[in-house]
Amino acid sequence: MSINGKAYIVGAFEHPTRKADDKSVAQLHAEVAYGALQDAGLQKDDIDGYFCTGAAPGLGPLNMADYLGLTKLKHLDSTDVGGSSYVLHVGHAAEAIALGKCSIALVTLAGRPRAEAMATGTAPRSWGVNVPDDPFEIPYGRTVANAYALCAMRHMHEFGTTSEQLAWIKVAASHHAQWNEHAMLRKVVTVEDVVNSPMVSDPLHRLDCCVISDGGGALIITTPEIARSLKRPLVKVKGAGEATKNQNAGYTDLTYSGARFSGPRAFEEAGVKPADIQYASIYDSFTITVLMQLEDLGFCEKGQGGKFVSDGNLISGVGKLPFNTDGGGLCNNHPANRGGMTKVIEAVRQLRGEAHPKVQVPGCTLALAHGTGGLLGTRHGSATVILERE
Amino acid sequence: MATMSSNRALPVIQVDPTNKPYFDAAREGRLLIGLCKDTGRHFWYPRGCSPFTLSNNVELVEAKGTGTIYTYTVMRTKEPYAVAYVELDEGVRVFTNIVDCDLDALRIGQKVKVVFKPTQGDSPPATMFTPA
Repeated sequence: MSINGKAYIVGAFEHPTRKADDKSVAQLHAEVAYGALQDAGLQKDDIDGYFCTGAAPGLGPLNMADYLGLTKLKHLDSTDVGGSSYVLHVGHAAEAIALGKCSIALVTLAGRPRAEAMATGTAPRSWGVNVPDDPFEIPYGRTVANAYALCAMRHMHEFGTTSEQLAWIKVAASHHAQWNEHAMLRKVVTVEDVVNSPMVSDPLHRLDCCVISDGGGALIITTPEIARSLKRPLVKVKGAGEATKNQNAGYTDLTYSGARFSGPRAFEEAGVKPADIQYASIYDSFTITVLMQLEDLGFCEKGQGGKFVSDGNLISGVGKLPFNTDGGGLCNNHPANRGGMTKVIEAVRQLRGEAHPKVQVPGCTLALAHGTGGLLGTRHGSATVILERE
Repeated sequence: MATMSSNRALPVIQVDPTNKPYFDAAREGRLLIGLCKDTGRHFWYPRGCSPFTLSNNVELVEAKGTGTIYTYTVMRTKEPYAVAYVELDEGVRVFTNIVDCDLDALRIGQKVKVVFKPTQGDSPPATMFTPA
């Protein structure tokens, strides 16, 4: 059994704010949910499935379901795998819809780390209480930035990857962000700009890191029949894969991500190959995140990511694999420190032909969205979806 | 240019009933690692089950306390510090800090040895490494 063709994304909305001083997190959830319903041409009481994560206020989905007035719910899912959750939720929603457990699923994400002046990447931070690995890591100042930097350093050592190659990923994102009026960083940058920006955690510079932003997004996923009754272009869920990557009991290998597992699962279900993908949304918490995922998804061989991303190969209209045409987390938006939602939204825009004309991939019919949530190399969720314009 | 490691204030370590023997040994200057008695394989970090078989047939055994840097980074904060995975001679890779050295001179593959650094109050020391 497969979910290929069993569900469609009919609503997608990205909150325009990047700093929400005047709105609560719950309010942001409501605004993105309403935005996605408007986009789809549906009403609140049509929703019978709801998906969110631990970033939503309250106990699982309960407080948000209450706040949003969702009274018809038949299916709930608050699987939290960090920033990859919202990519994973697309697959889970398609499964629930394929089994008839619900027919119109809403996924919401919102947060305001910028308004709250959160040191997202540079302060040691636990994910909860009684976390068994914390006593062996938090005292050593583990942060998001240095956890990813450890992977970058090892990748450079094993494969000869350079800071200049990583910088090309940021350069490509900035070329796209210049056209996005909502993007936090719209200035086009050069490789020199990136490698000359202050070092955060060797070898990652400030411009190798994503933005910290407020906002959020929402998706509506539904059955083929309902999708065809609506007025929006048809974006089919063709394949989905998920996986975790962990420390392997101390035999830790930091050179690959869970995309090595989730990617092939999604490609197999979709019945397509990496070379068929016309547009890719690739999680970009840091430049190294993109590079490792591109290798692990099979867009190039392991160790060849540096060469693959160089010379504008990720820039729409220039390179072979246009990526993150909204500017991605590196330049546009990383709401609630979770980039998976915006990855799916930009893939939907591309398939609908609604990306900015300067970055729209002509005749885009097959797109991929991929998320890594948690710590690259050591403990993360990995989710891949393949979407098709019908 | 050299960046000497700082004596960064370390937080209290959260000791729980399962990891207490590890931290008791650290107070005595001994580095312990997990051993799965079902498979004979070492594991890191210490825990109450075997990550290979899930049984509780595990024990803590003393490690030599020497190894090599698998990867590292220098966090360029006001008090710079080096985070690393050290591959112990027993094979497991341990998340740690490299201290008492020039952080700009670190390299992957460098030989290191264990040192124990005090944390706060009655909290056990942190297990760190320094160039051997």
